[in-house]
Amino acid sequence: MTDVKIKIQGLYKIFGNSPIAQLEKIQGGITKQQLLENHNHVLGLDNISLDMYDQKIQVIMGLSGSGKSTLIRHINRLIEPTAGKLLVDGEDVLTFPPEKLREFRRKRASMVFQKFGLLPHKTVIENAMYGLLIQGTDEKDAQSHAQRWLDRVGLTGFENKYPAQLSGGMQQRVGLARALATDADILLMDEAFSALDPLIRTDMQNVLLELQNELNKTIVFITHDLDEALKIGDSIAILRDGALVQCGDAQEIILSPADDYVKDFIKDINRAKVIRLSSLDTEEVYADAPVLPAALTIEDAFKELTKHGSNVANIQLEGTVQGSISIQNMVRAIA
Amino acid sequence: MFGIDWTKVDWQQPPVLARQELRDLKKGIDGSFREFSRTNGEWLEALFEPLLFFLKWFQDLLIATPWPLMLAMVLGAVTAFLFIGYLDMWEDTMATLAIVSIATALCILIGIPIGILMARNSKVEKSILPILDIMQTIPSFVYLIPVVMLLGIGKVPGLIAVMIYAMPPIVRLTNLGIRLVDKDTLEAADAFGADPQQKLFEVQIPLALPNIFAGVNQTIMMALSMVVIAAMIGVPGLGVPVLRAVSNQYLALGLMNGLAIVAIAIIFDRVSQSYGNRLQKHRGGGTND
Repeated sequence: MTDVKIKIQGLYKIFGNSPIAQLEKIQGGITKQQLLENHNHVLGLDNISLDMYDQKIQVIMGLSGSGKSTLIRHINRLIEPTAGKLLVDGEDVLTFPPEKLREFRRKRASMVFQKFGLLPHKTVIENAMYGLLIQGTDEKDAQSHAQRWLDRVGLTGFENKYPAQLSGGMQQRVGLARALATDADILLMDEAFSALDPLIRTDMQNVLLELQNELNKTIVFITHDLDEALKIGDSIAILRDGALVQCGDAQEIILSPADDYVKDFIKDINRAKVIRLSSLDTEEVYADAPVLPAALTIEDAFKELTKHGSNVANIQLEGTVQGSISIQNMVRAIA
Repeated sequence: MFGIDWTKVDWQQPPVLARQELRDLKKGIDGSFREFSRTNGEWLEALFEPLLFFLKWFQDLLIATPWPLMLAMVLGAVTAFLFIGYLDMWEDTMATLAIVSIATALCILIGIPIGILMARNSKVEKSILPILDIMQTIPSFVYLIPVVMLLGIGKVPGLIAVMIYAMPPIVRLTNLGIRLVDKDTLEAADAFGADPQQKLFEVQIPLALPNIFAGVNQTIMMALSMVVIAAMIGVPGLGVPVLRAVSNQYLALGLMNGLAIVAIAIIFDRVSQSYGNRLQKHRGGGTND
């Protein structure tokens, strides 16, 4: 396991006139509902503790109002917490004075927004250069750097258009190029693909995964779409009413949901796409069955087995064959 | 109750100050202000001296500008200006142009920074809004009196009166424009670490420009509408003949000069609007690049 990049400890956010005074009541055990009805304060985040690992994609999931957008805005302090700690590379971001906080936002954490957040009066290339110019990079360097990222996200030829002249998917590519151009090692993506239509969304997810393969950034990705979470998340945290319900990788969440809320979430999911052979029990090695890697999903295993015309697969993990799994057992696992 | 005999109260006439006392009060205010202007008028007048020079210089510039050049500058206005010239209103028109231009320029120079301050600080907004309300609602004749008492009759007091009347729209609309800038765009600027100055000049002001321009446009129109009133305190221009026409019932004279004011208003309006539109080409969508 790699190092912890972002460490969140006991983070609370209460919205209202006197949040500090209400904090004790929440810690004393009253519920979000009571806080709203009796004290007219809204509990945004309820004692969140979460480790996000270096160079991994951490997905934060939840329905609207569950506090996921609030949580991501704490990482670069667009929202100030009521209590708690937030360490990035061991430094508590919440103690940064304004100048240092700006430096942090300029160089170490960039952000992509659901509604793109582009500057409508600037052209595509000027938007992509924005973060660099704020850093103080000189115009020429910024321009060539931004151009490279625009090419990388597939926007060559659109440099001099204005955002309003582009489709949503293309606007979000500009947003992505702008965020990547600053070379920050943390990328915060707030429902970045939620406003896009399904085909373009899949397209953008692939662009992101492809880039991540090569860039290895620490990405915090907010979404309300479980399919998206399972597809891109190395680790998934599920929020409900501002509290963390479960955190783990896709397998853990599918195979052992923490409560009914999570169960409800995953009930319509295509399990064959998520569950990997490695999480199934194996039987004795079967002679003349095809050998498949343990990291394969059940869906891909089906394809392989059909190709080979076999009902059993031998599973290989780290170079050695571990045992076999029958097609019946695979079906049982996804039923 | 309260030791008052309610049957003897006059319900038609509220309690009134005795006539003598009232006269004394008014006299007192007039007297002390006259005293103030007698002792301070001179240096105040000197204080505004540069304004007079600026105004004179610009007016001379406009008059000295050869009329063909003037025409070339405002192509759409050729006919209007030819008529103005033909009907012998050229000099008055130039004088009006001068005072309106200078008043507008000064209003912009002073008004936009005030508007920005108001947008950034709600306390400043709360304290300036009532002043703007007063500036807009108080009848202009009322503040003409102290201005004339202080600075006498002439161009500078006229300019100040015009500015008092014309300043509020630019201040209000600058404030409004900046406050209406999309929160998401501002948040994005914040997230990339923009400092307050970078936010102001690269995000807030550019995005507030449509509103600021509406303000400039309104300020010009208000300044023009003050031309006749300013003529009462000795400001030269198209207002003077209009005033003469009113007092002597010269229909033709009033109409001609009134229409000349309208012509200038339309020209100013179109020029400032098309300039504002040019700054907004990103709004076009489509393929206009």
